[in-house]
Amino acid sequence: MSDKVPVSDFATDWDHTDPRWVADPYPIWDDLRQRCPVAHTERYGGGWFPTTHDAVSRIANDTDHFTSRTVVIGHGRPLEDAPPAPIGVAPPISSDPPFHQIARRLILPAFAPGPINALEPMIRDLCRRLLDGLAGRDEIDAGTEFAQFIPPAVIIRMLGFPERDEDLFREFVHVVLEGIDQPVEQRIEQFAPIEEYFAAQIEDHREHPRDDLTSYLLSVEVAGHRLSPEHVFGTMILILVAGIDTTWSAIGASLWHLATHPEDLARLAGEPDLMATAVEEFLRFYAPVSMARLVKEDVDYVGCAMKRDDWILLGFPAANRDPAAFPDADRFVIDRRENRHLAFGLGIHRCAGSNLARLELRVALEEFLARYPRFELADAAGVTWAPGQVRGPRHLPLRLTSLEGQQRSA
Amino acid sequence: MRVSIDVDRCQGHGRCFSLAPELFTFDDLGNGVVLGDGTVSDAQREAARLAVANCPEHAVSLRESS
Repeated sequence: MSDKVPVSDFATDWDHTDPRWVADPYPIWDDLRQRCPVAHTERYGGGWFPTTHDAVSRIANDTDHFTSRTVVIGHGRPLEDAPPAPIGVAPPISSDPPFHQIARRLILPAFAPGPINALEPMIRDLCRRLLDGLAGRDEIDAGTEFAQFIPPAVIIRMLGFPERDEDLFREFVHVVLEGIDQPVEQRIEQFAPIEEYFAAQIEDHREHPRDDLTSYLLSVEVAGHRLSPEHVFGTMILILVAGIDTTWSAIGASLWHLATHPEDLARLAGEPDLMATAVEEFLRFYAPVSMARLVKEDVDYVGCAMKRDDWILLGFPAANRDPAAFPDADRFVIDRRENRHLAFGLGIHRCAGSNLARLELRVALEEFLARYPRFELADAAGVTWAPGQVRGPRHLPLRLTSLEGQQRSA
Repeated sequence: MRVSIDVDRCQGHGRCFSLAPELFTFDDLGNGVVLGDGTVSDAQREAARLAVANCPEHAVSLRESS
């Protein structure tokens, strides 16, 4: 990444891995929204970045002109031998209609409110145990010691994989998401251990079916046929990738906000009933995820001469700060009651795990604040943000004041 | 007043049944479903209004009963 040519003007040469974008993208997006509002780049083989709510909504809802066959921007386009649209490598996120609906209907029941809400005690217990492990410390890294442990632990239990593999799991996510700048050959090499691990788990579930998501994917039938091995593997990769660093980014970004805005922290710690509303504002203001599309055929769209196979970086986080769609869009309003944000996307690809993400975010914040009603950044320069299409703090050094500590000093 | 959901627009964001559980529930895919005939009492009017104002897909509406 370091040998890249620095971006001179994000309007004509944007790069979502540029260090300035990674550190603080919001001023860049605000500027582009006023000037463009759809920015262009020749990088990654050519692409567009819409910054308004209107343009993002139009593209997200237009599966005639845009394909989801790959949703993560890289230097190459999907490999020649990769499963083509409408299925794609990780159905249903990589699928187009009409197959998309079939693949999506298969997984939605597992992520519907009923089964997801049933996970709340497990998630709460998990958060409490993580916090117990940090007891007595004045300083912690809330990124690497708290936020990043929660989603993998939940997903690994949903898939029915051994709980001892949580560390390995986080490594896989890192490989899949943060290697976007590497050459295709290297990516394939990095994927091999992931494929091997999943193949072994699938085999084990074939021999010993049980009540989990893996067994469900292996047994479910579409029109009398079980899913192909590629479909099962692709959906598992989707769950691995989509369900983990996304939510840990949201948890981390919310804690970062509270650490840097003591008035919001004091209010939320004192008004637990505000949490559900606040969670939506955290999601609007710090939406972690931007998805990509590819242009299907040359087309003039939102004022741009788009070419076949151009990337579209669907900036849901940028749309969430569009003043045309949100009053005081650039202000974090912890009790914002009307909040039609796009943190989970829009249209047929609405994040299938949104119920789970909201639950994890709410419970993680509730448990953290119950234990630490006061905290601040221990080292502002030590905060690092993940590059790419999922934004959140990876390192988040916090100085804590525990409830016990407060009582002692009172 | 009555609430309704445009099933062609609903994508299962879940805002309506979270904000107004007396007026909405969900199906097994997690999509919103109007409870009963959607009649909104005076006490439920604010919850109904919030359900409309928080649907990212503009799928929820609140209208005078005919």
